[in-house]
Amino acid sequence: MSAKLYRVQAGPEGYLPPAAASMGVMLPEEGESLVEGRIVPEEEAMQKIAEKILAAQNPVFFPGPLILWAWKEGVAEKAKAVKELAESAGAKIIPMPDYRPKYPMINPAEEINPNHPNLTIWHNKIDVCVFVGVHCHYANVALKIIRGGTDCYTIALCGEAGHEDAMITLRDAGLVKIRELTEIVSQMKGGA
Amino acid sequence: MSKSIFKISPGFADIMPAEYRELVEQGPYEKSVGFSDLGTFKELLEEHPLCAGCGLALSLRLILASLPNPVDTIIVGSTGCNSLAFPQVAVHNIHSLFGNQNAVASGLKRALKLRYPEKAKDVVVIAGDGATADIGLDMVMQSWFRRENITTIMLDNEAYANTGGQESGMSPEGTVLNMAPTGKKFPKISLPEIARESGCDYAAAVSPARPGRLEKMVRRSILVAREIGPTYLQVFCPCPTNYKFKPEETIERIKKREKDGTYQIREYISPAARELLTRLEEKTSDE
Repeated sequence: MSAKLYRVQAGPEGYLPPAAASMGVMLPEEGESLVEGRIVPEEEAMQKIAEKILAAQNPVFFPGPLILWAWKEGVAEKAKAVKELAESAGAKIIPMPDYRPKYPMINPAEEINPNHPNLTIWHNKIDVCVFVGVHCHYANVALKIIRGGTDCYTIALCGEAGHEDAMITLRDAGLVKIRELTEIVSQMKGGA
Repeated sequence: MSKSIFKISPGFADIMPAEYRELVEQGPYEKSVGFSDLGTFKELLEEHPLCAGCGLALSLRLILASLPNPVDTIIVGSTGCNSLAFPQVAVHNIHSLFGNQNAVASGLKRALKLRYPEKAKDVVVIAGDGATADIGLDMVMQSWFRRENITTIMLDNEAYANTGGQESGMSPEGTVLNMAPTGKKFPKISLPEIARESGCDYAAAVSPARPGRLEKMVRRSILVAREIGPTYLQVFCPCPTNYKFKPEETIERIKKREKDGTYQIREYISPAARELLTRLEEKTSDE
């Protein structure tokens, strides 16, 4: 497929899908986001995230170590905001406490690891997932595996520059943006 | 690192798997625990996919319980049966390419010294006999020649066990395995002597049949590497699957080999290391 035509969409795309970056998908600039490989204004992406989560049968948040462990000041507050967002969206939470490639010992009902994320997705029949607080390199690996082997729709709320391999990614997703997203979700739910 | 960062964010304790809650509440981090306390704290390795009766699994469990400071320990492993257990180990660990473990550990230790000049970070290589005495012997010996401050622990199961049973340099002469049907043609490599002659300040051989000595030797090998120079510890881990004995006979087999002298417990300590250990062990007994 031509790099220009490549879209980051729900799979299964097959064994070893290409890294979106290698197919020409660029990270968004400040104030922008990526939706299925296209650069869009951040507001549009936030609306789309809320729609996708609320329309899902079984949306699940995957908080990573940067959120689950109160390792520095400010984390507890952000963690609380993430939990409020998940609760307001009616989504479950399955943690990624570290990056050990536990296999085949992982209990997919209660945890996810970035090296075999498909096990947790399949086991719980997750149709939309939200990565938050996962270090970028592990998030990219996991997002690519999910796209390769499952039909799960992936969303990445990234505290840094975003993730090309997610179907929707929000960059610089700090406390303010998480709260803003919660507000959008609540409004959308109220209006439904 | 400090244990203070092992705090679960408020509101997430209920969704964290029990393993993590137990590690936070009952883990061995910043506690003075050892093998005799097993059963009273959450171990760093509780589940693994290794075979029943695996001497290596038992040794690994005892080694992890003996680490003097697991919070500031990084383990470097290599390909082998033990690498199947490491994904379950709750200590920072790196899996290197087969045989590269001591080169990776050297770079890591140097980087940690630069990054944390005020803090002792223990870099401990734990690898099998194939990675240590055969494929990685070049990297292992060069790290000793360079006097890197790293500990090398060999889990010696005397075979390439997870690839069907080939002989390794550590298999005794005459050993017949599935993939060595005519018997090994040369003797077991005497790596503790090679370690000593290559500049290790501490070189020892032990087995999990003597957990007290094993614990002492693990601690000594790490403390000497931290302060003085390279160290080597060889741990006998018989393999029931490839040597075809019953899983419950592992310890008995070790004792038999120790008794007939084909696996000798030994310990070499350089004068500088002895001075350090005397000082540290006197301090511990005073406390």
